[in-house]
Formats: sequence, structure tokens, C-alpha cells
Amino acid sequence: MENLMQWLQEPGLMHYLLISAVLFSFGVFAVVTRRNAIQVLMGIELILNSANINFVAFSRYSWGALDGQVIAVFVIILAAAEAAIALAIVLNIYQNFNTINVDEINQLRD
Amino acid sequence: MDLTTVVFYVFALITVGSAAVVVFSKNIVYSAFALLFAFFGVAGLYALMMADFLAVTQLLIYVGGILVLVLFGVMLTSNVLDVQIRSGTMHIIPALFIVGALAAILLLTFWSTDWTTVSGFVPMEQTGPEIGELFLTRYLLPFEIASVILLVALIGAAMIARRERKA
Repeated sequence: MENLMQWLQEPGLMHYLLISAVLFSFGVFAVVTRRNAIQVLMGIELILNSANINFVAFSRYSWGALDGQVIAVFVIILAAAEAAIALAIVLNIYQNFNTINVDEINQLRD
Repeated sequence: MDLTTVVFYVFALITVGSAAVVVFSKNIVYSAFALLFAFFGVAGLYALMMADFLAVTQLLIYVGGILVLVLFGVMLTSNVLDVQIRSGTMHIIPALFIVGALAAILLLTFWSTDWTTVSGFVPMEQTGPEIGELFLTRYLLPFEIASVILLVALIGAAMIARRERKA
């Protein structure tokens, strides 16, 4: 009990890892269960953010090299590119099928 | 409890709570706005981890860019005037099992691994100059490739989203 209180009062590497694990689980849950393609996309963004938290946390609590933060910047760049492309595809699908529910889109051609 | 701890828990709560709203809300507009707070909370966590440049980048790109894109997507694809902005879910029970197993494995790994943390490390005052130097030395090739990817993504998104004119 004493140990737990002590642990709770000093945020360290494990705390950040826990947050990232929770975010990752939420993201996967959104990707798997949501029918709306945009909410699937939001789940993916949550997953990318959880990975980023891990990168930055390890960068902070290791010997202080900034490599983790640089990788996190790359992840953010790729997330931006991915969001742009994915939303363009979603808009296109909406024009063709008049829905963006991922379980109703079952053919690649018109 | 000192101030850093309190701030950490505030940001952690904002992040996790908003992420829960994103995932479990029925209304997609609520999810989009909860995503804003989740990104904001993550930016706060970055700031707590002495990653000031990354925190600002997170705010600029995620909150300012990606979130606006997502909101555009919501507005353009769901008939906001109709009531059809509710979004359904599918096979929740198997998903719960899978996600539970995944989370358990992750937590087990995090707990059982003996991370070597360095204590007494003094974080640098500002990370921006250092990160810029890393970009132009050790990470020069990924940096250039990322710029090409951004260009390709821009052109590709414009191409895909353009309304086709049928001849």
C-alpha cells in the first residue's frame, strides 16, 4: 500500500507507458468496431499518438538522447499525409456509394 | 504531491477521458471534438516530458491540421441536416476480447520488462535546435524522404478528391 502510494506520486516511465497502452487499446477498439470510416480514421490517429507517447517517454527517461523525439516528428508527418489521403478516399467513396459505412462498401468498382 | 504530479494526472485524465469519448460516443461530431481534447492532452504530456518542440508541433499539426481535416470529412460525408450522424458499431463482443487480450499483453510486457531508466539526468533547456541539428545530420535521408512523401500525398489527395467529370 505504501509502495503504491509512493508509485502514484512519482510519475515515471511506467505511467506514460500505461497511458499509451490505454490509448492504443481505445484506438484498436475504434478501428475494429466503428462502422463510420471517419471514426475508424480517428482510431488510427489515437494509435499513432500512443506510439508517439512511447517514443517521447523512452527518449525522456533513457539517457536523454533526442532520437525518440525526431522519430515522433516523423510519425506526425506521416499521420498528416495519411489523414489527407484517407479523407480524400473517403470523400470519393461517399460520392460513389453515398455512404461511408465500412461494412456496406464491398466492391472496388462502380 | 508536488505540482508536476498534479499536472501529469490532469493531462493524463484529459487524454484518456477524451479518448474514451472518441471511441464510445454515438455521435460522430462529439467524437471529433473529443479528439481535439485528446490531442491537447497528449501535447500536455509531451510538454511534461520536456519535449517542448514536439508539444507545439502536436498542437499545430494535429489540432490545427488533422482535426480540421477530420471535421471537414464529417461535415461533407454525413448529412448533418438529417439525423443520420449517428454511427453504428459492429461485433462489439469479439472486439472486446481482442482488445482486452492486446491490452493485457501490452501491460504485461511493460510491467515485466526491466527498463533501465537514468535518474539524475538534467533535461536540456530547449530541444528545438538539437532536433533541427539531428534532422540535418543523422536523419537527413528520412527528412528528405518525408518531404517527398508530403508532396506526393498533397498531389494524390487533390487528384483523388477531385470531382470526376464524366465525358
